[in-house]
Amino acid sequence: MSMNTQGRPSKSAIVLAMEANKGLVLDEPLIFEQGAEGRTGIDLPELPKYKERLGGVRRRAAIGLPGLSEPQVVRHYTRLSQKNFGIDSTFYPLGSCTMKHNPRLNEKMARLPGFGDLHPMQPTSTVQGALELIDQLAHWLKTLTGMPAVAMVPGAGAHGEFCGMAAIKRALEARGEHRTKVLVPESAHGTNPATAAALGFTVEAIPANAEGRVDLAILKSKLGPDVAALMLTNPNTCGLFERDIVAIADAVHKAGAFFYCDGANFNAIVGRVRPADLGIDVMHINLHKTFSTPHGGGGPGSGPIVMAESLAEFVPLPYIVHDNQGFRLIEHAVDAMGKKPFGRLKGFHGQMGMFVRALAYILSHGADGLWQVASDAVLNANYILASLQDVMSAPFKGPCMHEALFDDRFLKDTGITTVDMAKALIDRGFHPMTMYFPLVVHGAFLIEPTETESKETLDAFIAAMRDLVREVRLGNVEMFKQSPRFAPSRRMDETRAARSPILKWTPADREENGDNGDITRDAAE
Amino acid sequence: MSQTRFTKEHEWARVDGDVAICGITDYAQKALGDIVYVELPAIGKKVKQGEQVAVVESSKAASEVYAPVDGEVVAVNDNLSNDPGKVNAAAQSDGWFFKIKAANAAQTGSLMDEPTYQNYVKGLS
Amino acid sequence: MRYLPLTEDDRQGMLAKIGVKSVDELFCDVPDAAHLDGPVWDLPNHQSEYEVDRALSALAAKNVAAGSCPFFIGAGAYRHHVPASVDQMLLRGEFLTSYTPYQPEVAQGTLQHMFEFQTQICLLTAMDVANASMYDGPTACAEAVMMANRITQRRHAVISGNLHPHYRETTETMAQMTGFTLEIGQPSPQAAEDLIKLIDDKTSCVVVQNPDFFGRLSDYTKLAAACQAKGALLIVAIAEIVSLGLIKPPGEMGADIVVAEGQGIGNGLNFGGPYVGLFACKQKYIRQMPGRLCGETVDADGKRGFVLTLSTREQHIRREKATSNICTSSVLCALGFTMHLSLLGEKGLTGLAELNHAKASNLVDQLAEIPGCRVLNENFFNEFTLQLPKPASAVVDELAKRPILAGVPVSRLYPDKPALENLLLVTVTELTSDKDVEVLVRALREVCK
Repeated sequence: MSMNTQGRPSKSAIVLAMEANKGLVLDEPLIFEQGAEGRTGIDLPELPKYKERLGGVRRRAAIGLPGLSEPQVVRHYTRLSQKNFGIDSTFYPLGSCTMKHNPRLNEKMARLPGFGDLHPMQPTSTVQGALELIDQLAHWLKTLTGMPAVAMVPGAGAHGEFCGMAAIKRALEARGEHRTKVLVPESAHGTNPATAAALGFTVEAIPANAEGRVDLAILKSKLGPDVAALMLTNPNTCGLFERDIVAIADAVHKAGAFFYCDGANFNAIVGRVRPADLGIDVMHINLHKTFSTPHGGGGPGSGPIVMAESLAEFVPLPYIVHDNQGFRLIEHAVDAMGKKPFGRLKGFHGQMGMFVRALAYILSHGADGLWQVASDAVLNANYILASLQDVMSAPFKGPCMHEALFDDRFLKDTGITTVDMAKALIDRGFHPMTMYFPLVVHGAFLIEPTETESKETLDAFIAAMRDLVREVRLGNVEMFKQSPRFAPSRRMDETRAARSPILKWTPADREENGDNGDITRDAAE
Repeated sequence: MSQTRFTKEHEWARVDGDVAICGITDYAQKALGDIVYVELPAIGKKVKQGEQVAVVESSKAASEVYAPVDGEVVAVNDNLSNDPGKVNAAAQSDGWFFKIKAANAAQTGSLMDEPTYQNYVKGLS
Repeated sequence: MRYLPLTEDDRQGMLAKIGVKSVDELFCDVPDAAHLDGPVWDLPNHQSEYEVDRALSALAAKNVAAGSCPFFIGAGAYRHHVPASVDQMLLRGEFLTSYTPYQPEVAQGTLQHMFEFQTQICLLTAMDVANASMYDGPTACAEAVMMANRITQRRHAVISGNLHPHYRETTETMAQMTGFTLEIGQPSPQAAEDLIKLIDDKTSCVVVQNPDFFGRLSDYTKLAAACQAKGALLIVAIAEIVSLGLIKPPGEMGADIVVAEGQGIGNGLNFGGPYVGLFACKQKYIRQMPGRLCGETVDADGKRGFVLTLSTREQHIRREKATSNICTSSVLCALGFTMHLSLLGEKGLTGLAELNHAKASNLVDQLAEIPGCRVLNENFFNEFTLQLPKPASAVVDELAKRPILAGVPVSRLYPDKPALENLLLVTVTELTSDKDVEVLVRALREVCK
């Protein structure tokens, strides 16, 4: 029987609550296992008489979709939702992800028929308010960053990176220069090297110095006539402000290269520091991080970029102009005056639904509120750093910006790893922090509280972490390895999933013990 | 058959006539954890020593495997596509990756012998 | 400020714990010259919820919502009825406010609906595997071409002239930026294209659309065989996903990769985004796929569960060697799709698709009687090309004043093709009422006189 050393239950109230609630997290079969033929959740009017004009490609075989009524579907997805943690349910301190509160006003505004029920190919005379909204958001983004130009269309952060690096590629071509190399710090998000490589650049890594920042001397030694750009996240992925950023920008510019800033961590400085004042040439902004549009379980996002004058001509299509005819969309290179568009990056005009949400958030906060956002985000992170650094191990000296970074030195020789700590945290009712990123720190814990958490929540989290460290010291290895015990699921066998991937439901996989019918079929071809 | 030789990147090679049978070392499979997939080269591929020739994946990481010698790939271990766990079970025997017809069999002389490799590995941890 | 919980007392206590006097000290690494001494100037300060609501509602009111008038626009985004229950469920915070499911123990909800989504896409397209979504149809198309280049080790793609221009242009941008070439056919709203003669042993893939941009349907079985004979892949794009309720799926035609815009099921028009790209392919290509994949496994108790898998293809692990730089996908839009398709089921989707076709077919009969107008399609699903006696953009602008949103002038997407100037793309869905049809037909008779 399990008793702790003090002889009283060691479980926190939240753990007890979760144990008690266990019966409400119900097993839920797949939708395909619940249907009945002839049942449907949709009523349609009677089919009129008509002449079929399908040119001989009418579907013959059944699709194989299950039939369910509305109450069944509603219950199914409600039950699935109950197996998820969201920001609404608990503290979600994922570093690098900026899991802040998603205001519901945003959702209401995006659903106004005047935004949500607009077709992108309507005549522009019928969508002047929509174009004006995009223009207003663009104005805020330009003013908050101090940058003169903006491209609104990228669909997410990585898409923004592609857009910004494409602009750089075109700008270099316009100068008649052939530069092949992009410098990326080792600590960067994986999207940075992936983007540079996709555009045909070779990627060269820059090591971090002992302070967790770009080593200026090494950077300078790598700069030369073959370098197209530096891609740098600031504040960086260790949660630190790049102190030498102005010198970095100067060195990059002196070498004739461009400075791309990954704006994933803009929340730390929004409204307090303008990237233009740091010498940045182009930066993407994740509206789903800094500007509170919901993550939705992994998208959709939106990643507009802001650009300096040197890149302002090299924009994707379409973009909006405002003149005496009102707002117009420039959709084709032939209509572009004074710009050299490099083409289209996706369908239509950008993530309008995200623009509405982001602007609702921005107008709610205003300039003074955004100043406070950055201030509180940084204060919260430093409070966590200060409250845990005596029991965990911080690789770099503070102050940090919006996220607190720890490594796993405090776990050395305990048999307990970063992932074990994170999984045990789930049983305390919190979502894990980002783990094993950035790669430059061994066994990293990256904790980003954001500004929308109360001091009470931070204190509860700090207490849970300190309690886990106490369990580490007591050597309760088994407790960690068995965690989580009170979550909707236990730890998953990821090796099994990857060795023989089952990526869809088939009736056969119930009968054949989990074998994927397709692999056999394909092998037999 | 000659003795097994080792690279700093944790490949091994054993020369039989002019054919080198190659794989990743036991140390490497332990460090990677459960292997879930091995991407093998096409037969006939010409390779240079130190060039990437295969990829080995665990569920959370992908590592490149480099050719220990110059030459041409003449065989690959097809068993690994159905059972990548073989690499964990027997990295330096049944879990071999590919065979290279060596352009210059003497090239293995530049690689480490077993005691040297074991010492090298000890220095890493 | 309603989203910020810290009180002034909290802040003072926290600063004391940290050991600094002010938040400014925490920003000590920011260069002095870049320190603002207060909020960014020239921007307004915070506002109450109702003030923001009022301001944004005023902007919304300047637009003509699709549902407020007779509406016949398609061209890659389709206005279908989204059941009320879909949006209600999407708003559940556990779905709306969760992150990418990297912690499967507390994300089975997201993972299971991703798995259901992947299965639905496979069923609809008759393909072996599908990923958990892309940004939209056009980006999925560009990614498919790059995937075909990797598989075939070739760098030249053949693109149908009847591929939606946004799909083509997005792929062209990727070609120019990442270094591969395209051969693009001429748009041909009437005659069938001969793409087979363009395929040779340098061709990585052929991209076609069904129904194509002008609404025409084709069976690409012969094209698939011709591709296979030359070692090229066939990519089939679908812009109107509801069509698969009635049309032979691309998997049955021999497609190697299928990409589609999934907006038409479960998602509103939203002025063009966010949408949801669908991506499916043959089993043997899974390691070359872009985007996230969810797979089935078991947990420590042996219970079925789901995880993100094969992630070694992706940028967060493979970095510069990843199959794509994509990180974010379109999960919430995919969830809307999955919920709506679950409500529809076999009976609902096939019935919905047939209703769309029936209504379109009946409108074609009525338009054919207008003097000077001619429908160019012999076959179609719910969208077709109408030839007018005058430039379509002028007609559309004229009708917009009434207001009738009559369709998309082809010239808006092909400004460089004067021969297409009089063509109008017209779409009919289940939401098009008999009254709408009557109003459109009457107005066209007047304007085309």
